Amino acid sequence: MQGLVDLLTQYNVFSAFWMTIRLTLVSALGALVIGTIIAIMRVSPVPSLRAFGAGYVNIIRNTPLTLIITFCVLGLYLFMNLHLLPDSVDPKAQLFTWAVVGLSVYHATFVAEGIRSGINTVPQGQAEAARAIGLTFGQSLAQVVLPQALRAAITPLGNTFIALTKNTTVVSAAGVAEASYLMKNMIEFSPQFLYAIFFLMALGFVILTLPAGLFFSWASTKWQVQR
Amino acid sequence: MSTRGATVLFDAPGPRGIVRNRIIGLGGALLVLALLAGLTYGLRVQLVGAKWSPFLRSDTWVSYLVPGIINTLEAAAISVVTASLLGLALALGRMSFNALVSWLCTVVIEFFRAVPVLMMMLFVYFLTIFAPFISRLFPGPMVELKPLVAVVAGLTFYNSAVIAELLRSGVNSLPRGQTEAGLGIGLNIGQTRRLILLPQAITAMLPALVSQLVVIVKDSALGYIISYPELLRSSQTLASRWSNSIAAFIIAAVLFIIINYSLTRLAGYLEGRSRSRQAGRPVQLEALNMEDHAHNEVPLKE
Repeated sequence: MQGLVDLLTQYNVFSAFWMTIRLTLVSALGALVIGTIIAIMRVSPVPSLRAFGAGYVNIIRNTPLTLIITFCVLGLYLFMNLHLLPDSVDPKAQLFTWAVVGLSVYHATFVAEGIRSGINTVPQGQAEAARAIGLTFGQSLAQVVLPQALRAAITPLGNTFIALTKNTTVVSAAGVAEASYLMKNMIEFSPQFLYAIFFLMALGFVILTLPAGLFFSWASTKWQVQR
Repeated sequence: MSTRGATVLFDAPGPRGIVRNRIIGLGGALLVLALLAGLTYGLRVQLVGAKWSPFLRSDTWVSYLVPGIINTLEAAAISVVTASLLGLALALGRMSFNALVSWLCTVVIEFFRAVPVLMMMLFVYFLTIFAPFISRLFPGPMVELKPLVAVVAGLTFYNSAVIAELLRSGVNSLPRGQTEAGLGIGLNIGQTRRLILLPQAITAMLPALVSQLVVIVKDSALGYIISYPELLRSSQTLASRWSNSIAAFIIAAVLFIIINYSLTRLAGYLEGRSRSRQAGRPVQLEALNMEDHAHNEVPLKE
């Protein structure tokens, strides 16, 4: 038991989970922005934008996240030496930004599909009515269809958020010091605490994802569009 | 509202609209091309002919890529079988009338859903190394099976929870009359479930199961981290020989996309078929409060 306590003081579990939380929140924001844009493209009047949206979703969604993350870090950051932050910022933060880009780009496909499924729940008559009172495509989308679509999409968006929380572990492939990276190190150096370490880290994820799940199911009933 | 008939949001474009659409299309295409050109320029050292020529050699494919694909598909195939069996057991357990069994299975399902697949893979991998009673199961040359077991275990745990919930919602989506009819002809509730409800639920969830296969194939790439020689890892091994990481990456990505896109299409085909046969409504992942919810191109509401 003493050994386990020593282990916990030696490794900073909280900062690892803090990294997981930061990765999740920033990437969720990025995925929401990119995903909304892609969803709008997929219903837009311009055929080329629709084609681009469909292509983006089909290609990215069928690529493993591990591959996307390693490509961002290896290809764009290490080979091309592309820095998203000023060069003076330390490499760890640079790595973080590329991990966020990879996570956002991947999960944006699920956000886009979620919003599109939300658009599917809006009755056709609403769009017709919006058109009838003279709203343009942009206006009817922004003021009539999307607000309802977003409310209907809370459940799939919540699922994407939870998946994103868990998928942040994949960035350990790029050496970002988040929870699973720490777990790997801890077990390699203290295999005698294998079970304790795993259940501690697993518990961390249960604590992170359970409230999120409860919140999203509460939110989806609260903001449900009554029809 | 169907996005396919999205014309309800806008008019069919007139001559000016068509011109505007073409201009936007051209601008977008130029933008994409510029980005690709920038990427190609940035990676030019990695993309010269010499980096691609290894892919013209047969031994590249025979000793790296094809075994990689086979290992990926092998892990995915084993996982889908084990996950289905465990999922069936968990679903039956969760629907059990024994409160303790039902509660236990619910806890297990929720735990499997909350913990990242990679963590479970790592845990099982370290179990096969450090836990004496488990590492003894891999004597001599069997040692090489350790990463495979870890990958399969990680994929099985998570996906069995997904499949269990799919089955449960499949049973719940059947018309009430089915249960009543079963009870009416003198079966008890357990028999009704086994003989009438579950077979229909399994048929109904077949398309969703195939879509889940895509998730399994993708997640098998996590085996990269515990050095299971799946497609991504074997393409990186290959890259360390020819130092053509980026080219190997692109080839691996294309192979993954081809595999997964065909699986998605297969799921769509099965879905269309089960819809036309009307043998139980297809179970949709979207309805399930699950991650990776939208794998088919099927609109949710007709």
